[in-house]
Amino acid sequence: MTTILDPTSERTVAARPRLARPASLDGLRVGLFDIGKSKGDIFLDRLEQRLTERGLDVKRYAKPTNTRPAPTPLLQQVATEVDVVIEALSD
Amino acid sequence: MTQLPDTGWVAVVKRDCPTCELTEPVLAALASAGELTVYTQDDPAFPESVPHEYDGTLDVSHGLRIEIVPTLLRRENGREVARTYGWDKAEWRKLTGLATLGNDLPDLRPGCGAKNIEPGIIEDLLVRHGETGLASRKIELGSAEDEIEAMFDRGWSDGLPVVPPTEARVLRMLSGTSRDPKEVIGKVPPDLGDCTVEKVAINAVMAGCKPEYLPVVLAAVEAVLEEPFAMHGVLATTMYVGPVVIVNGPVRRHIGMNSKGNALGQGFRANNTIGRALQLVIRNVGGGRPQEVDRAALGNPGKLTYCIAEDEEGSCWESLAAERGVPEGKSAVTVFAGYGLQGIVDQKSRTPESLAQSFAECIKAVQHPKLYPGADVLLVVCPEHERTFRTAGWSKQRLYEEIYKRSQRPVDEVRPGTMGIAEGTSAFADGTMAPKIRDGGLMIVRAGGGAGMFSGIIAGWSASGEKGSAPVTRVIGS
Repeated sequence: MTTILDPTSERTVAARPRLARPASLDGLRVGLFDIGKSKGDIFLDRLEQRLTERGLDVKRYAKPTNTRPAPTPLLQQVATEVDVVIEALSD
Repeated sequence: MTQLPDTGWVAVVKRDCPTCELTEPVLAALASAGELTVYTQDDPAFPESVPHEYDGTLDVSHGLRIEIVPTLLRRENGREVARTYGWDKAEWRKLTGLATLGNDLPDLRPGCGAKNIEPGIIEDLLVRHGETGLASRKIELGSAEDEIEAMFDRGWSDGLPVVPPTEARVLRMLSGTSRDPKEVIGKVPPDLGDCTVEKVAINAVMAGCKPEYLPVVLAAVEAVLEEPFAMHGVLATTMYVGPVVIVNGPVRRHIGMNSKGNALGQGFRANNTIGRALQLVIRNVGGGRPQEVDRAALGNPGKLTYCIAEDEEGSCWESLAAERGVPEGKSAVTVFAGYGLQGIVDQKSRTPESLAQSFAECIKAVQHPKLYPGADVLLVVCPEHERTFRTAGWSKQRLYEEIYKRSQRPVDEVRPGTMGIAEGTSAFADGTMAPKIRDGGLMIVRAGGGAGMFSGIIAGWSASGEKGSAPVTRVIGS
């Protein structure tokens, strides 16, 4: 019998259920998140226009660069300021 | 096997030690004078003239922490109270109280290394005695399980067979560094799992590294984890890149790296396994796997392994490491987010101007002939091309400047739509020259076989430099 050593970081991940998808955007604050990929801004500009027309409260966010994960303070800001987020992934 | 005496003398010897053979008459004298238990490590018949036990498993020697043979020690009431090793006549006489012991022997003979601490043996003893000090989870494979297949099944392979990281192998790997196995050297993206020296050693075993490669692997892992390298982005991009490791300094020769013929190719264990170990750390410690967070559309074969050594000895230029501030005599790794190889075939240029123009024209095609700037570039100059610059007295700095200048294009040639190609850039003002490579984005090394006018371009990531990944150089420690 061979004993080997685990090559992974052996992390244990706490599984958290996702928030339920809202039935409607009525009355919710919507965040539009630009990760900085090509033409994501065009997509989000149009969404902002249409959501604003529906009277929704829209906030815009952007990662400083598309090449790195979003900074934690930015994610915390998004989480506290809006109820739902639409992210423009592009590619 | 006789139990160790509660009280008495214990000697540990081996046949393959001239000093042990020398002391045989002394051991015989001690045996006749009183209680002596002799353990022999290698030859069950040795020493012929003295009653002895064969410590074939070396468990007694290990338990006594024998490092040198012969060792003579005194036990009283179950505890060791005195010890000497090698042959030191005065010391043995003092210890035993036998004033005429070893009359016919020389005064002093150094002992030999004990068998139980030999590399390849000590690790097995530490494993058997549960003394490895390793912290990683142990996984017992089933008796019917094929070891290699088991590694594939658990998702720990890069697609090729890996060496099963047994405790003994990992201990041997760790003998290649003086660093504490528990030391955390960083968090590996995308999972940001803690990466210890031990985890790097495990993955280095799997990659096929020798222990002496481990400091290079550690430096490479630390380099990609530095913020400017942006390892998360390098992994997650849909583009081709992966870490390319360039090694400079004396370590190249110490561990047998190839910087000559087939410098970027297969067949050289150090080159191929160091690059592979780095990628296995990303995969296993970081959880970075293709079609998951690794979103590469095509990737490139160098994502299995891409580690090259510069041929410093053959170069008329300062090394890449020297350029990047590494002190003379130190070894270093430089990591670069790059991919593949684009050839520069020029067998006719005999002037540095012509050759530099060839280099520049080929570099213009990096990513796309109309993408300006394109990406960082690692230029590997082959010996027969370097000779042209050497003969003409061109410094490395001169070549850098010429390539930056000669790879520019007038902006109207790179506008979207020109040449009937939609791709292109509008980022530059009319009437200016567009740079192909950002300032500081070109690196030149010299490597390769003596024949063949074939240099190479290892292209970088479109997101080169501060907006994405910048090369990182790190001195290799012990």
